Amino acid sequence: MRVMAQMGMVMNLDKCIGCHTCSVTCKQAWTNRTGVEYVWFNNVETRPGLGYPRLHEDQEKWGGGWVRTSRGKLKLRAGGRIKRLSRIFSNPKLPGLKDYYEPWTYEYDTLLNAPAGDDVPVARPKSLITGLPMQIRWSANWDDDLGGAPEYAPQDPIVKKLGDLVKLEFEKTFMFHLPRICEHCLNPACVASCPSGAIYKRAEDGIVLVDQDGCRGWRMCVSGCPYKKVYFNHRTGKAEKCTFCYPRVEAGLPTVCAETCVGRLRYIGLFLYDADAVLAAASVEDEHDLLEAQRSVILDPDDPTVIAAARAEGIAEDWIEAAQKSPVYALTNRYRIALPLHPEYRTMPMVWYIPPLSPVVDAVSSTGADGEDKDTLFAAIDQLRIPVEYLAEVFTAGDPAPVENSLRILAAMRSYMRRINLGDERDESIAAAVGMTGQTIEELYRLLAIAKYEDRYVIPAAHVEAGRALDEIAGCSLDFDGGPGMGGMGVFGEASGTPASVETFQLTKQRAEADRYDDLPESRGAVDLLTWSGGEAPPGMFPPRRSAEQDEPPTEEE
Amino acid sequence: MTSFVWVVLPYAALTCFIVGLFWRYRYDKFGWTSRSSQMYENRLLAWGSPLFHFGILGVLLGHIVGLVVPETWTTRLGLSEEGYHLMAVTTGSVFGLMTVVGLLLLIYRRRSTPSVFRVTTRMDKAMYVMLGAVIAMGMYNSLVVQLLGGGHDYRADVAVWFRSVFWFQPDAALMQSAPLSFQIHALLAMGLFALWPFTRLVHVFSAPVGYLARPYIVYRSRDAHGSARAPRRGWEKIGS
Ligand code: HEM
Ligand code: SF4
Ligand code: SF4
Ligand code: SF4
Repeated sequence: MRVMAQMGMVMNLDKCIGCHTCSVTCKQAWTNRTGVEYVWFNNVETRPGLGYPRLHEDQEKWGGGWVRTSRGKLKLRAGGRIKRLSRIFSNPKLPGLKDYYEPWTYEYDTLLNAPAGDDVPVARPKSLITGLPMQIRWSANWDDDLGGAPEYAPQDPIVKKLGDLVKLEFEKTFMFHLPRICEHCLNPACVASCPSGAIYKRAEDGIVLVDQDGCRGWRMCVSGCPYKKVYFNHRTGKAEKCTFCYPRVEAGLPTVCAETCVGRLRYIGLFLYDADAVLAAASVEDEHDLLEAQRSVILDPDDPTVIAAARAEGIAEDWIEAAQKSPVYALTNRYRIALPLHPEYRTMPMVWYIPPLSPVVDAVSSTGADGEDKDTLFAAIDQLRIPVEYLAEVFTAGDPAPVENSLRILAAMRSYMRRINLGDERDESIAAAVGMTGQTIEELYRLLAIAKYEDRYVIPAAHVEAGRALDEIAGCSLDFDGGPGMGGMGVFGEASGTPASVETFQLTKQRAEADRYDDLPESRGAVDLLTWSGGEAPPGMFPPRRSAEQDEPPTEEE
Repeated sequence: MTSFVWVVLPYAALTCFIVGLFWRYRYDKFGWTSRSSQMYENRLLAWGSPLFHFGILGVLLGHIVGLVVPETWTTRLGLSEEGYHLMAVTTGSVFGLMTVVGLLLLIYRRRSTPSVFRVTTRMDKAMYVMLGAVIAMGMYNSLVVQLLGGGHDYRADVAVWFRSVFWFQPDAALMQSAPLSFQIHALLAMGLFALWPFTRLVHVFSAPVGYLARPYIVYRSRDAHGSARAPRRGWEKIGS
């Protein structure tokens, strides 16, 4: 047993109102730069729908994730190492920009500069890629809230798979929102696909990051990730991905997307898991066993042998304590209602979801029946095959039993708590119907409905010497303005600024400047290459220029 | 003049190449990338890039055999000059043709696709001019001189001169006796190498062969390089 710690997230889908606040705040924090205009580390999809990038779940087409060979070994779906290397010159599985969408802006100037006249000036859309006028035909959220569903929803790979079942009853439609971020997988296919070894899993907290100095732009990770959560910065020629907001998490703060979530539906905490067991768990033969295999890799943080093994691996006491109080462990393994997204990709994803009961409740209520009655809801879960089977394709590789189980627990909680709200006595039989006690139901209710900030986010701060810790915090992109990639294109390509999303490259301009003052007396004349971010000449390399424009960003080249 | 061109220039180019690569690696790792443009356009790239790359890698291999391996070695292996010539011309033409077709496709794509042209830097253009010129002269040599013309045993002069550069005893007279088109090809190649470190061609030195041997999942410790800066004086880790 080799115990490792892993940051994880659980999202309670019943509460997601599809407001996209999480996407927007993440974008403001991480991807509001040239080259990643089209990138949403966090995106919210409406299901059934096509998703972003379009039809990303169709692995026949994109070849992401792992498959189990007939001999029981795991292999990347895109093929062995030599096969994939031979396709490095042109990656046949790479999504094009059009599969995401072509980012655009509007010619606002025409609004301001139009001469007085009878015609109302219009701001035409202009592509940010070609700079030419364009027609907007698709975006990251074109089919939001089932917009255009008659045309788009039938193309949804899951709808296709379920076939006639859905077509017949599409009038009795259902929908839910699915916020997606990088899964920070235990068995990440992106890491395995990277020819230069530039994507790595952090040993301390399992966050998967791209080393911007090590990435060589081979773009094999983009196609390797089955969730399409590695993106290619088309200006810098480097891969970028969700960072789990590591500068915040290291300081004990929740990620930006969780912090700003309007529905307060996200939980962040630690898992302790057995790294030695991951490969075997990801290779189980029957896809329906993957969920249990994934749960079994996660260790019980209260088990004394686990605690001893964690200590032996050098995991700090406050981290072990945090793992014991972890809300995500409670939801995945103790109450067992959270499910992983597409376990059949065999990457062991670590962002889990509580499936939404609302499609069932809506269906029940629309018939005039009591949407809070246990038996009615249980019967509906059994009878409403479409939501259940659709959810099963999303969360359990098609096995309806765990989805039904989660939904029944949610239904039982609903009717159990209603009695309490109405002042009736507690009905243990409701809890017993889902194999729980009234007490555990109430605990679960507290966690799902009223958990406070510190109960939803149990994040121990990273252990670093004081000086290092300050380094990391200063490296957060939130305080980095004039951002990287915004300086336009130099002779070598995109200006070599880089987002703080990157471990070896967090030294922002601001910090470099602060250092100059600190360091000058002792290191006059010495050039500190390590603090240089690659764009302008490093501090101390040349005598200071006299002109005042020294710090002006490089100008845009035609 | 002769010794300037065949003694001073090669060392100048070589210095520029080596120092330039070192400099770029130290100072601009972030810019060290193939800067793929596949997201913009895939239809032409899907043909052009593999054709060009497999072609140029074959050409590279041919140059190693032709320039680095002395004639006496192949003769001792029982390969006659005629036999070698035949082999070199046929494989050279095939790989050369692949390279040329691929390169033309790539250049056409760069120019005709608005999104790709928009991110083409001055260095890209300079690189394509140099690369195109070197390849054009190389093709002229193989097709016009070697295949259609009488042929020239470059392993008796150009190759010997090439190796002499690396023994630090460059023999300029050898190049003098080679046909002019060979001389131009060699000169242009020196220019290309001098330009190399400052273009996207640096990606060639990152050819990911190590991938074949490494474990799939890479772990890195936050402490190992949690900071890109060496600890300041007084903050060194215990025991270091
Ligand atoms: C041996 C290993 C090599 C690998 C793995 C490699 C890989 C790549 C990749 C991935 C691209 C980006 C293609 C895209 O846009 O998606 C590229 C572009 C390019 N490579 Fe290579 N390359 C190698 C060797 C070479 C060599 C030897 C040369 C020439 C001397 C070369 C010249 C180029 C050029 C000119 C481009 C730009 C194509 C364009 O977009 O116009 N490469 N290479
Ligand atoms: S979801 Fe994240 S960690 Fe998993 S394969 Fe994709 S990019 Fe990698
Ligand atoms: S964790 Fe941070 S980087 Fe990742 S999706 Fe959320 S806000 Fe974006
Ligand atoms: S902010 Fe929360 S509620 Fe709004 S879309 Fe994102 S996950 Fe859903």
